[in-house]
Amino acid sequence: MTDAMRPIARRTLLAGAAASPVLMTLAEARAQGVAPRRGGVLSTIITPEPPILILGVNNQGPTLIVGSKIYQGLLTVTPQLDPAPMLAKSWTRSDDGLVYTFTLEQGVKWHDGRDFTSEDVVFSLMKFHMEVNPRARAILQRIDKAETPDAHTVRFTLKAPFEPFLLIFDVTGCAIVPKHVYDGTDYRNNPANATPIGTGPFRMAEWQRGNFIRLVRNEQYWKQGQPYLDGITYRIVPDSQSRGLALQTGQVQMTSSNDIEPFDVPRFQQQANLQVAQNGWELFAPLSWIEINNRLDNLKDARFRRAMAHAIDRNFIAQRLWFGVGKPATSPIASSTRFHDPSVQMPGFNPREATALLDAMGLRPNAQGIRASIKMMQIPYGEVWNRLSEYLRQALRQVGIEVTLESTDVAGWVRRLAAWEFETTINFVYQWGDPTLGVERTYVTSNIQKVAFTNTAGYSNPEVDRLFEAARNAVSADDRRRLFSDVQKRLVEDVPLVWLMELVFPTIHDRRLRNVITSGTGVHAPYDDVFFAS
Amino acid sequence: MSFWKRFARNIGALVGLAILVLVGLMAVLAPVLFPFSPWEMRGIPFMGPGEAGFLLGSDSLGRDVAAGIAHGALVSFLVGGVSTVAALALGVTLGAVAGYGGGWIDDAIMRFTEFFQTIPSFVLAVVLVAIFTPSITSIVVAIAVVSWPPVTRVVRAEFLSLRSREFVQAAEVLGRGPIAIMFTEILPNALSPIIVLASLMVATAILLESSLSFLGLGDPNLMSWGFMIGSGRSVIRIAWWMSVFPGVAIFLTVLALNLVGEGLNDALNPRLARRRGTLPA
Repeated sequence: MTDAMRPIARRTLLAGAAASPVLMTLAEARAQGVAPRRGGVLSTIITPEPPILILGVNNQGPTLIVGSKIYQGLLTVTPQLDPAPMLAKSWTRSDDGLVYTFTLEQGVKWHDGRDFTSEDVVFSLMKFHMEVNPRARAILQRIDKAETPDAHTVRFTLKAPFEPFLLIFDVTGCAIVPKHVYDGTDYRNNPANATPIGTGPFRMAEWQRGNFIRLVRNEQYWKQGQPYLDGITYRIVPDSQSRGLALQTGQVQMTSSNDIEPFDVPRFQQQANLQVAQNGWELFAPLSWIEINNRLDNLKDARFRRAMAHAIDRNFIAQRLWFGVGKPATSPIASSTRFHDPSVQMPGFNPREATALLDAMGLRPNAQGIRASIKMMQIPYGEVWNRLSEYLRQALRQVGIEVTLESTDVAGWVRRLAAWEFETTINFVYQWGDPTLGVERTYVTSNIQKVAFTNTAGYSNPEVDRLFEAARNAVSADDRRRLFSDVQKRLVEDVPLVWLMELVFPTIHDRRLRNVITSGTGVHAPYDDVFFAS
Repeated sequence: MSFWKRFARNIGALVGLAILVLVGLMAVLAPVLFPFSPWEMRGIPFMGPGEAGFLLGSDSLGRDVAAGIAHGALVSFLVGGVSTVAALALGVTLGAVAGYGGGWIDDAIMRFTEFFQTIPSFVLAVVLVAIFTPSITSIVVAIAVVSWPPVTRVVRAEFLSLRSREFVQAAEVLGRGPIAIMFTEILPNALSPIIVLASLMVATAILLESSLSFLGLGDPNLMSWGFMIGSGRSVIRIAWWMSVFPGVAIFLTVLALNLVGEGLNDALNPRLARRRGTLPA
């Protein structure tokens, strides 16, 4: 925990050296008796099939997982969400927090043999991602000047200090793309999009639509002797039962993300040759909650929302519905992200407290024991989410809140969420490692929009707005931590949403496969250090 | 020979009737046998049949499978019954008008019916329920919409053959109106095939409702057999009882309805039965 709270400023001089121990070095590996071994092809699964592999043009989960083997970012993040070197071997930040200077690795070549230079970096950030990638654009717009003093140095000057700036440089935020392929073209429809060209340890070899994506070793990779694997094959298996079977029989040596349904996880935990890892989602830290339309009667009363929070046993949800994969939420900022305040606790499971609150509101039970009726729109993301809404209906009924479930399809759910046409529903979003990047959007008044994944709940509290804004502009991490602690206290008091779970997607892999998860992005790492132990 | 005696000669029909009565009793007595909501999480999840006080085991949230089956029976019968009545109302009216009216009316109605028959009925039901969002009403309507065409065809055929009989001509001579003739003279004489068809339609409707729920297009607020199988399917390696028992319930009910339909056919259409050798000549 202390590591996560270490301010970035303290490592302004040579961050590279400070962060590298997270990745297992060769010497360390040998000391443990598992020397990296060359050879072998990793067979794994990707669900669903990505439409395209050009990062930035498409930023969906599957695209990021496969694309991160082909492309690389300037930096990556450690499990504690500190920046770590990738294409940039070191970086500095000026004391006023305005100027960032990156020193790039030398001898890096694109898959087509051309040299990688600082020009590629500036093109990728200032032109490519600025146009195609909305999430990156929101941060890159803060850059005032981008300069290339020489072929291996890049300097960015910001308009105003922005403490979480370095988090966008992971490959999942801003992948570096080749300028000589894309400059002056239509990025989205460039014919070269069929054959992605990156700097990563693996090149695309073959893509049979609906069947598999085959990546092969990049022989000119800039890290000496790496990658260890000869290739990675991503199989496309649409049926979850077949995916489970492929893993069980060893046809694939790794699954990730949503490949395996939560109820199948205990089965694989018992299989001796497999390991179930729950880390590697620290940067994303998806948090699920009951989204509550704060504009409606009863629901706009904080006491009512508090009563809902008291009625729900989040441990039950984590244990019985997600089979222990992931953990109960305690505050609006996930515990794996920076600035989570463990001293702030949302209302706990206490049905008696819930009924007392409803009594205080004057909501008395009728003959059937019903005090109030609300509707809940089910989230159409599969079975475990349906079970969750069924659980919530029963739990809320225990305290006298009658819940009627409404079912929709994915398009209908997104449309109604965006149009505020719901009473309650279930939702989950990525937090992107920093509350300014992934939490603020859900609670501030300025983001009450008719767009999904904004402040669709319609929650508005001037004090919360002020705190989020101050935290966004604060230069030092310590100031920001104090502000975010305040925000968490206020949000937990108001309960604009009932937070449920810090979700985790299990990565299940063969025990012989090593270095599977070494960073805060897990399966989105380049995998240049992954190998099969003999 | 009375209707009941003829019906009782078919052993299968008697067995079917007995099963139906049992399932019906279960549906009616569900609130007494299991005086709690079938959604209530009453104990430890994934308990096998007979364990921890669960007669047929518990599901992934610790809900009682037996309670689900009992409460689900009512939903199945409700959906089967109401949608069949709705389909009959539509089918009989259209068939009667087509058969009695003849000419261009007949042509128009039959082309309309054929139009519906060319669309695969289950696909149409899925589309209808998906468009109108799953609820008990939209499911009943969808099932009724896909199951009326066969009724129309059967009723039309009966009306075509009956309308030229003497008793119809006699009624026309007496100056009775066409609607009165259709519904008081011809329809009662055409009832037997309609009754047989209706019993089979109830069975089909229950299957349709189960299939829709299995695919996640059921009413999320009502426990039904199809929903139980659908939610148990993914954990069938851990808890086979979650899908097997509701499956057995659907199987028995549909089988019973078919047996009863067969028995009704024999009883109401003795000539046919005799030719098949079910009844002595």
